[in-house]
Amino acid sequence: MNTASVSLGASVSSQSRFMQLALAAFLGIFVMGFVGFSHIDAVHNAAHDYRHSMAFPCH
Amino acid sequence: MNLFRNVVFIAAIAGLVAGVVLACMQAYATVPLILKAEVYEQAGGGHHHDHAAPAATDTNAMSTAAPAANAMSSAAPAQAAAPAAQDEGWAPADGFERFAFSVLANIVTGIGFALILVAVSEFAGGIGNWRQGVFWGLAGFAVFTLAPGLGLPPELPAMPAADLTQRQIWWWATVAATAAGLGLIAFRKSLPLAILGVALIVAPHVVGAPQPESFETAIPEGLHHQFVVAVTLTNLVFWLVLGVVVGVVRGRFTGTATSLRDSFA
Repeated sequence: MNTASVSLGASVSSQSRFMQLALAAFLGIFVMGFVGFSHIDAVHNAAHDYRHSMAFPCH
Repeated sequence: MNLFRNVVFIAAIAGLVAGVVLACMQAYATVPLILKAEVYEQAGGGHHHDHAAPAATDTNAMSTAAPAANAMSSAAPAQAAAPAAQDEGWAPADGFERFAFSVLANIVTGIGFALILVAVSEFAGGIGNWRQGVFWGLAGFAVFTLAPGLGLPPELPAMPAADLTQRQIWWWATVAATAAGLGLIAFRKSLPLAILGVALIVAPHVVGAPQPESFETAIPEGLHHQFVVAVTLTNLVFWLVLGVVVGVVRGRFTGTATSLRDSFA
């Protein structure tokens, strides 16, 4: 209970808290996986310089 | 979903700021090197990594052409002649459009990285101020840039590389193992777990990253080295900015939403 009440002003149960944080992390992984790791040619070409500049595996 | 909303809000602000900063640094430090490398790529014949392409005659021609290409990279005729991706579907036009898409990619993935950073740090109590943000940023840099970069150094176009999917799998596995290892070291006050953490960080490099059959490339060693330094340093600054902005914005958030007792110092 203590840990739940001190985070970002949201008093939520620890289970709900875990789910919401996991959801946010998963969303972040999905977003950066799509832009940085998708094999779709158009996505690759659009973010080409970015992928190289982030040292993501490319080509 | 109050917490989720707050996390997304903080991540959006931090990702936007850090993404714009990174895009500016890339335009200055890394993209010019990529454009130089593309001159070699197109002189070597096409976008695909042909291991047989840099034959002896090719490399001889390259060594004479290289100084000219370096001197006026943006005016090089090879670049203007071939838009690189005739057989690879749509690609943004060189110049503003290409830059605009890079900025967009920077901001979108910046928010993605920020979502991961904020969510993971909330599990550990949250990034309370800008100084904690610096350390979380350093951790993110170690996890997402340093560790994968040891096995798979930043590569320029036209450099040989192993199978893409294999490298992507190794990249993600290394990120996950390094993050777990750092977490064990930082948040479990136990020597055996700390040793396990070190083992997790070392393990992907014992397994080894997928490597190309041949390292032969038309790209000069000096250009590649310059690129590795530029990528590593721009990513370091990106992660520090990301961590600091998260710390500052989150501080404002908790400051207004809860009493002082609830904020971290």
